[in-house]
Amino acid sequence: MARPVHTLRVEAGSGAHGAVSATTAHLTPGLLTLARWRLLAMHRAANVGHLGGNLSALDAMMLVHHEFLSEQDRFVLSKGHAAGALYVTLWSRGLISDTELGSFHADGTRLPGHPPARGLPTNRFGTGSLGHGLSLSAGLALAAKLQRRTNRVFCMTSDGEWQEGSTFEALIFCTHRRLSNLTILIDHNRLQGFGATAEVASLDPIGRVLCGFDVEIREADGHDLADMRRALSPGSSRPVAVILHTVKGHGVPAIEGRMDSHYLPLTEEQHREAVLGDAFAAEMAQ
Amino acid sequence: MRRELCAALVARAARPDLVFLTGDLGFGALEPLRDALGERFLNAGIAEQNMIGVAAALASEGLEPWTYTIAPFCYARAFEQIRNDVCFHRLPVRMLANGGGYAYGVMGPTHHALEDYGVLSTLPGLHIFVPAFDADVAAVVDAAGTQAGPAYIRLGRGEVPEGCVAPAYAPWRRLREGNGPVVVAVGPMAGVVWSAVGSREDLDGPELWAVSELPLCASPPPQAFVAALTARRRLCVVEEHVAQGGLGQSLAAWCLEGGLAVAEFRHLAAAGYPSGTYGSQAFHRRESGLDPAAIRATLAA
Repeated sequence: MARPVHTLRVEAGSGAHGAVSATTAHLTPGLLTLARWRLLAMHRAANVGHLGGNLSALDAMMLVHHEFLSEQDRFVLSKGHAAGALYVTLWSRGLISDTELGSFHADGTRLPGHPPARGLPTNRFGTGSLGHGLSLSAGLALAAKLQRRTNRVFCMTSDGEWQEGSTFEALIFCTHRRLSNLTILIDHNRLQGFGATAEVASLDPIGRVLCGFDVEIREADGHDLADMRRALSPGSSRPVAVILHTVKGHGVPAIEGRMDSHYLPLTEEQHREAVLGDAFAAEMAQ
Repeated sequence: MRRELCAALVARAARPDLVFLTGDLGFGALEPLRDALGERFLNAGIAEQNMIGVAAALASEGLEPWTYTIAPFCYARAFEQIRNDVCFHRLPVRMLANGGGYAYGVMGPTHHALEDYGVLSTLPGLHIFVPAFDADVAAVVDAAGTQAGPAYIRLGRGEVPEGCVAPAYAPWRRLREGNGPVVVAVGPMAGVVWSAVGSREDLDGPELWAVSELPLCASPPPQAFVAALTARRRLCVVEEHVAQGGLGQSLAAWCLEGGLAVAEFRHLAAAGYPSGTYGSQAFHRRESGLDPAAIRATLAA
């Protein structure tokens, strides 16, 4: 059986061009695996955590950026602790070089643990304090309406983030203004920093809470590309909220569904097992 | 200053990018602006954090957002949005804050703004305006509107004392000449001090300056002020703001750093609520020693 052809590192300064196409065409499972490997390698090299929420969000973020996001569209990462997934996604589109990705978390980096306010391609806003992104997205969507533009705005939130009152301030604004060009993605991995969302301050099922607002609710498996393509399709007279059922730490059996994946970095052995496991699965699929 | 503000913004309403967001404030004052702006006038509701975040995003798209609410609901309630969404991104959001100092009087302390420009002066690139007189508002709106970065405009009630004529708006203005101590008053306190010391230019009396833009790094004292202070070496700062973080502290530090030797420094500032009771703006100013009689007594001491 052939080994997967993807490599974890590509030519310095070339972004991901050496390994993948930087188009907004079809996102393949192979590219997704490559992105996950790069994400793991990046966090392993920096010896940092926050992997769980990065891995739960990565598939949706990749899909949005590769298949939905045009130059005129906007994406706001409200759950800024998934910055690594955003950086890797931009790398996969050739917008960040592999060398720069290697500076993740290092002194002097442009790629800190949460997205910076300036200097990141296509990313307008520094985030990290939860509860800001939906207001920013609402403003972008409102600006498009006022300026008679037809672009879409995508906002990715976590599920725990809905405990922030400001998120509901924003939701009320979005629905009252009927910002139909706005799509809210909720990474519903059911775990937060120090417990399960259901145990800490439950809004579960979050869809039932959102039903009280004039928003079109869709649900999808956040790790199933076809299911997400359906849920992210345009066309609504109201803001759309897509509840993505995800697994914290998705793709890394050692941390899948574990709360501590919010903080703890992978050990060398866990990292090796995760990559080898993917490689084995890829071989079996040949 | 609400009437003057409305008139200044109506005059600016022809600019197609101007968007005005109010936190459910403006009844009986901003209706002409609402009529002039149409869909670009938004009542963002009682949700100030969201209003500031939305405004930041509007600015990022090239629009010219102005937000309006009672001062503490802006700088205190939405501080993190001002810091993260507006200032970190250097976005030109103009935040109109009604009721500087004790202006909301007996409405109570939740509506007072006693630490606003001190707190906001710590943020990168935020330019603060404190118009002293009602007639300043049009010039302040123009100046804030042309800022490349964010602006906070502290509005109050500013009256020119009977018989006085205020010079045209400037960040620093000399209102009165004299050979006595150099008095610096922030925003509307300039009018209070002016009424305390009188308009007659008694050369033994104080020299009075009004400051309407902060922080000092963005609005440094002019050479004429430096010359007066160098000659007199007596400085008194008057502000309707707590001492901590106020102009008095920053001006004292500015003098020290610049090697300007001041022999006498007095600082009249808001004292909070020393009696634990509440009243009008004039009542709270009296409790803080910010009324004309107390100012006169301080300067005579």
